[in-house]
Amino acid sequence: MLKQIEGSRAVAEAIALSRPEVICAYPITPQTHIVEALGERVKSGALTGCEFINVESEFAALSVAIGASAAGARAYTATSSQGLLFMAEAVYNAAGLGLPIVMTIGNRAIGAPTNIWNDHSDSMSMRDAGWIQLYAESNQEALDLHIQAFRLAEELSCPVMVCMDGFILTHACDRVDVPTQAEVDAFLPPFEPRQALDPAEPVTIGAMVGPEAFTEVRYLAHHKQLRALSLIPELCAAFNAQFGRVSGGLIRTYRTEDAETIVVALGSVNGTVQEVVDQMRATGVKIGSVSICSFRPFPLSALRESLGHAKRVVVLEKCLAVGLGGIVSDGVRKSLSGIQLKGYTVIAGLGGRAITRASLTQLFEDAEADELEQVTFLDLNADVVAHELEREQLARRTGPTAEAILRRLGTVGSRIG
Amino acid sequence: MFQVRIHGRGGQGVVSGAELLAIAAFREGRHAQAFPSFGSERMGAPVMAFCRIDDREIRLREPVMEPDVLIIQDPTLLHQVDLFKGLAATGLILINSTKSVVDLGLVDLLGGTRRYRLCRVPATEIAQRHVGRPVPNTALLGCLVAASGAIRLESIIAAIREKFAGNLAEGNVAAAGEAYTMARESREAVHA
Repeated sequence: MLKQIEGSRAVAEAIALSRPEVICAYPITPQTHIVEALGERVKSGALTGCEFINVESEFAALSVAIGASAAGARAYTATSSQGLLFMAEAVYNAAGLGLPIVMTIGNRAIGAPTNIWNDHSDSMSMRDAGWIQLYAESNQEALDLHIQAFRLAEELSCPVMVCMDGFILTHACDRVDVPTQAEVDAFLPPFEPRQALDPAEPVTIGAMVGPEAFTEVRYLAHHKQLRALSLIPELCAAFNAQFGRVSGGLIRTYRTEDAETIVVALGSVNGTVQEVVDQMRATGVKIGSVSICSFRPFPLSALRESLGHAKRVVVLEKCLAVGLGGIVSDGVRKSLSGIQLKGYTVIAGLGGRAITRASLTQLFEDAEADELEQVTFLDLNADVVAHELEREQLARRTGPTAEAILRRLGTVGSRIG
Repeated sequence: MFQVRIHGRGGQGVVSGAELLAIAAFREGRHAQAFPSFGSERMGAPVMAFCRIDDREIRLREPVMEPDVLIIQDPTLLHQVDLFKGLAATGLILINSTKSVVDLGLVDLLGGTRRYRLCRVPATEIAQRHVGRPVPNTALLGCLVAASGAIRLESIIAAIREKFAGNLAEGNVAAAGEAYTMARESREAVHA
């Protein structure tokens, strides 16, 4: 059924349709509306067979989800930003124990300085924790990915993060097609755990493992993710067969066949990128784009196949590896091992800075002319940076950087784009 | 694509206004996208919300940089925020005020010789009367219907009844209706 609803509500619908048995919630912007909507459903009786547990912290939220999942329940939680960092130890535990928890990340920057707006710093910080990470391009895809995520998680016994851009998707009111309960039930069978804590049949979960077996446990976790490289496209195809739309998969290409310049990005910015690709194609520029949906496991072969023929690749990243540049770029370069082409990293959209068509058009034209630096910061205010660096040269006690920059900029709440 | 940018302050229903417009467009079978741009979420802080309406799927995720319609829910923002940035040459301005163009300071603010269409409506007063709270959003949507013709009043009313219930819904329906009637009678054009 088509509905015009907020992205967070669309995700809540998907979770409710997936028949969760335990939902743990601790509020943090911008994911809060998701668990609020689920809380309302449990309280009103619209969502039955589900326990909604308010906990005292994000660490507790995921810990309770771990306990629930280990006891054989389909468990769900959601978080953002510092919330994900606070649960970091439990994030590794959930994966290490092989518990198929599904967690939404409403992507948001990490402080300091405090920032509630969107970028990918939070989920990227947990990229190697052993979770599968899927990034949604639209609210329809966010809804669909959650339904796929439970099946993926439970087939592999591996937790899955569904990442959606905070505010840009979580707070956007878009048209989404919400499936019926019968359709979701046909796609997502009841949870049959590989391991379950049961007093009648006691087992130990989470024993200490020494050097004699730790490598093998870790290898099997890696192997599990490699299996996901074939399972994710299979689920995408099965979902398409049943629901009649393409959502998920490892990557999606857009006008790449004869492209000389290909832009690679994750998440909602792909929509804007595709608009710019169309505009530039209309003027004869051979440009295309690739949206990475599955960041973990990382789709090396699929990327090599779709990028290998290009002259240059521009990786647009909403996260900065300080002291290095890009995170996604590293994987993309690895996928192109032995192939000669130009590779550019562009850091964009940090802390919610809008990524506009105008800026992207200029950027891609510069790339086309091979006039980009190895690492570019999109729309960096060079004057402010130069002034701050100069100030730091002139005196020792220059005070906190962020506040000095705010003072120089004056009122900034009024900026449009 | 038809694009609207709404400026107001936290607590004035800026975000709800954009959502109602998107729901109304959806009910007319069109594609729509509404989204906010918050400062830190608090009452009184400047807030923007955007709405796009199109006949095909909307992929664009940038803020509305070049609005066809600018809705100003709080005229005290006129001198604080660069409200008119990117407004289309034939753009429409809806403002929650009955002050004259001169008293609002619009002549200086708009500058140049471009011709804008302007519609002034006492949306807060209308809201106070019908809703009992200073939430000018639905009255301004009624004004949008009258001044732009981009959406039907029935769709706005249906959207209000979808999002709100009971007296709150009916109060907002009445506010939108009164502003619609008022705006139809007071269309004007300004050279700024």
